[in-house]
Amino acid sequence: MAVSQPTTALDDPRRLPGVVGRVGRALRRGRATRADSATRATEKRAFFTSRSLGWALITPQLLLIFTFFYWPAGEALYWAFTLERPWGGGNEWVGFGNFAAMVGDPVYWNSIWRSLVFALSSTGLGMAIALLLALLTDRQLRGYRIYRSVLVWPYAIAAPALGMAFRFILAPEAGFMAFVNNIWPGLWNPALDGLDAMIAIVTAFAWKNIGYNFIFFLAALQAIPRSLIEAAAMDGAGVVRRMRDIQLPLLTPTLFFLLVINLTDSFTDSFGIVDIMTQGGPARATDLMVYKIYFDGFKGLDYSGAAAQSIVLMLMVMVLTFAQFRFVERRIHYK
Amino acid sequence: MVERTPLFDIFTQIVLFLGLVSALMPFAIVVIAATHDLRTVNEVPMPLVPGHDFLKNAAEAWQRADLGPKIVNSVIFAAGVALGKVCIAALSAFSLVYFRYRGRVIIFWLIFVTLMLPLEVRIVPTYAVAANVLSPYQTLLDLMGVSWLIEQVTGYRIALQWGLLNTYTGLILPLIATATGTFLYRQFFMTIPDELAEAAKMDGAGALRFFRDILVPLSRTNMAALGTIMFVWAWNQYLWPLLVTTDSAHGTAVMELRELIPGAFGIPDWNVAMAGTLVIMVPPLVVVILMQRWFVRGLIATEK
Repeated sequence: MAVSQPTTALDDPRRLPGVVGRVGRALRRGRATRADSATRATEKRAFFTSRSLGWALITPQLLLIFTFFYWPAGEALYWAFTLERPWGGGNEWVGFGNFAAMVGDPVYWNSIWRSLVFALSSTGLGMAIALLLALLTDRQLRGYRIYRSVLVWPYAIAAPALGMAFRFILAPEAGFMAFVNNIWPGLWNPALDGLDAMIAIVTAFAWKNIGYNFIFFLAALQAIPRSLIEAAAMDGAGVVRRMRDIQLPLLTPTLFFLLVINLTDSFTDSFGIVDIMTQGGPARATDLMVYKIYFDGFKGLDYSGAAAQSIVLMLMVMVLTFAQFRFVERRIHYK
Repeated sequence: MVERTPLFDIFTQIVLFLGLVSALMPFAIVVIAATHDLRTVNEVPMPLVPGHDFLKNAAEAWQRADLGPKIVNSVIFAAGVALGKVCIAALSAFSLVYFRYRGRVIIFWLIFVTLMLPLEVRIVPTYAVAANVLSPYQTLLDLMGVSWLIEQVTGYRIALQWGLLNTYTGLILPLIATATGTFLYRQFFMTIPDELAEAAKMDGAGALRFFRDILVPLSRTNMAALGTIMFVWAWNQYLWPLLVTTDSAHGTAVMELRELIPGAFGIPDWNVAMAGTLVIMVPPLVVVILMQRWFVRGLIATEK
């Protein structure tokens, strides 16, 4: 692998000077990097002239994204504005009828509300813990290598498997919380108490994301030039002061990148955990948006309602992604 | 580090140790619970010394969740996604970087936009497409009047039908239809010196020869990274397999976790549930531990 790696890895701490710019830039700009460089003149000097071969090579990908991405996305729009006639015969145009029904439904608002609570608390928890662990791991004290590898592991676990493990750990009658319940009877029961159920899925999801966030925080920390830290130390800044005044500000781009990814993930990737741990219950306390879409669409066979909800979810995810492209890219600059 | 801070070092070690413990605790509890018998696993608090019943529990879980064929399915599915992604992404990035043709920029953006919407948010219509993967084309033909024309001329009515439910193709293809990976390759191809392509052309190598003999060997690291990530990601998929495989014979291992949730009646057999969970979660974990360098590198490079 002579030419150059796409980015650094955790195992090359501060060795390659070129890495700083590359990773820092990539992380800072998030996904926009690729988009920008596409339109800018980063063209190859040497290229192949066969147009038909060029088309032939890209065709499989185009067919795939047309069939499984653009068509379904368009169809979701079509369904969202139409209603299937009860005895067949195509769909009837209902305009914003599906959306109106959705907005008038308290169950839907409940699911939005729960999704937001879930998104914000699991993201906050997962990122705060990962940041603390990454800052401390980056000090490279004894055992550094162990922490560096083990703290990544949670990311490898399937969300439903994790849900199962936490369902046992947090079960009221066996496992660990049962012990707590023995001391304070009735304190904890996610099967009956909505708040407890929410805490349970937030814990499981945050735990899974710690591994992912940790990878990115540590990589970003290691991309900070060591001379900066040393200069600050010479000026008399202690460890905590350096974390607060040098490392944290330099991490801001990574923080925002992870914030968007974590929020998006909590909207889209939470299905497995909810389905295994709570099935949306008790009394819809953990009825998150993706779960409700699945339930309405495939159990209730209300395609139009599910499509309208999908459109709202799509918009939310797109707004988040755009926020990352535009707002974050412009406002956060530390050069 | 830079200076001596014995007190803060102790604090650091304590916090990191707590972090390590809480990262490992769920693994440990799953492993320990999987080794107990039914009575011990329900003791409060559960004894932390492992028992002797792991093989018995695993055998029970294996049988109850029908894990043998399901793990074979999962391996085929995950390997198919990893392989498909590696191939498709490499080919399309090659086309985008090394060719000039009209519409290239538009195609780039068409692919780029797919990063924005994960499969989960468009799950209902994607399912409809999987039920008949040719339905988009049928609809297009109908709308353009081509089907009508053909029916008038030949008397033959076009009815395109190719269902993907309960097939590996149906499991795999929609998960490949995103831009992840394409950009990883694109960025990497950009860093390859122009001189290589020029030299190859001068020596009379065509595009495909250049791709096969120069680009593919050079991007081995990228392929390992992307393949690892995709394998783990696909293995851990839950919602999509749940929809596409209506016939349980085609299910994947992760789906079977549903079958392992202890029933509401009787003593919950958490020992069996945990043994099954362990069997199902170990393969991706092993892949990540063995391929940690590539995994981490690829994760940062693809940014998901």
